[in-house]
Amino acid sequence: MTANSPSGALILTTLESVPGRRIVKHLGLVQGSTVRAKHLGRDIAAGLKNLVGGELKGYTELLQEARREATQRMAQDAIRKGANAVINIRFATSSLTQGAAELFVYGTAVQVE
Amino acid sequence: MDLLNGIIIFIILLGLGFFVGSATERKHFQDLRDREYRTRLLPILSIGAKTPIREADEAALVVGSVVIASDYFKTFVASWIQVFGGRIAVHETLLERGRREAILRMKEDAIAWKARKVVNVRLETAELGGQMADSGPIAIEIIAYGTAVK
Repeated sequence: MTANSPSGALILTTLESVPGRRIVKHLGLVQGSTVRAKHLGRDIAAGLKNLVGGELKGYTELLQEARREATQRMAQDAIRKGANAVINIRFATSSLTQGAAELFVYGTAVQVE
Repeated sequence: MDLLNGIIIFIILLGLGFFVGSATERKHFQDLRDREYRTRLLPILSIGAKTPIREADEAALVVGSVVIASDYFKTFVASWIQVFGGRIAVHETLLERGRREAILRMKEDAIAWKARKVVNVRLETAELGGQMADSGPIAIEIIAYGTAVK
């Protein structure tokens, strides 16, 4: 999953700068989040998988998809602010209740040369 | 009679967890070693946030994640160890597998983008609440992310 692809020209990094470019303007914090509930079918499959252990592929995909959506929302927020890059990106996950998790992405929107 | 049936089912589940679980684990470790060998040339660093990366002129966010669960046997052993305290070795290997897998997926993502290295790598662990709050089987999401540069 390269989170870069859906947002086109927007540069995303976890650094405090954009390599090869100079930051001309800071536009503030941007964020994107999504709350996902578990899918019943996937949950049953995961319950069976819990007997023998290993990777729960259904959940991996579910969370990857959710994280991509959160990243996209953050990117849209940044584009609305007139940014062409988001720096210092951080991911956070919190499980709200037994069946739901919040995926949260935030960073700083900037304009680079 | 009911008690006997219960014990038989318990032993079957425990055996299933032990044999299938350890076979999966052995296979996974083998797979991890192979893929780590193949991706050994891509350096990954946890520094880079504040250090300027002079030799780079392009950057991209790379992410790798995995959800990994314990098996019936591991859960049973862990619940016993929790009575007496001490190292829960069965869960240590589980987390090690998850972390190495997440890092590998991130590296493979970076290699697909033709990165020269990955800087400012962060690892994050989140517990996904299982069906039975405390004593039940655990499912853990591990994510590795960083900035690929070239």
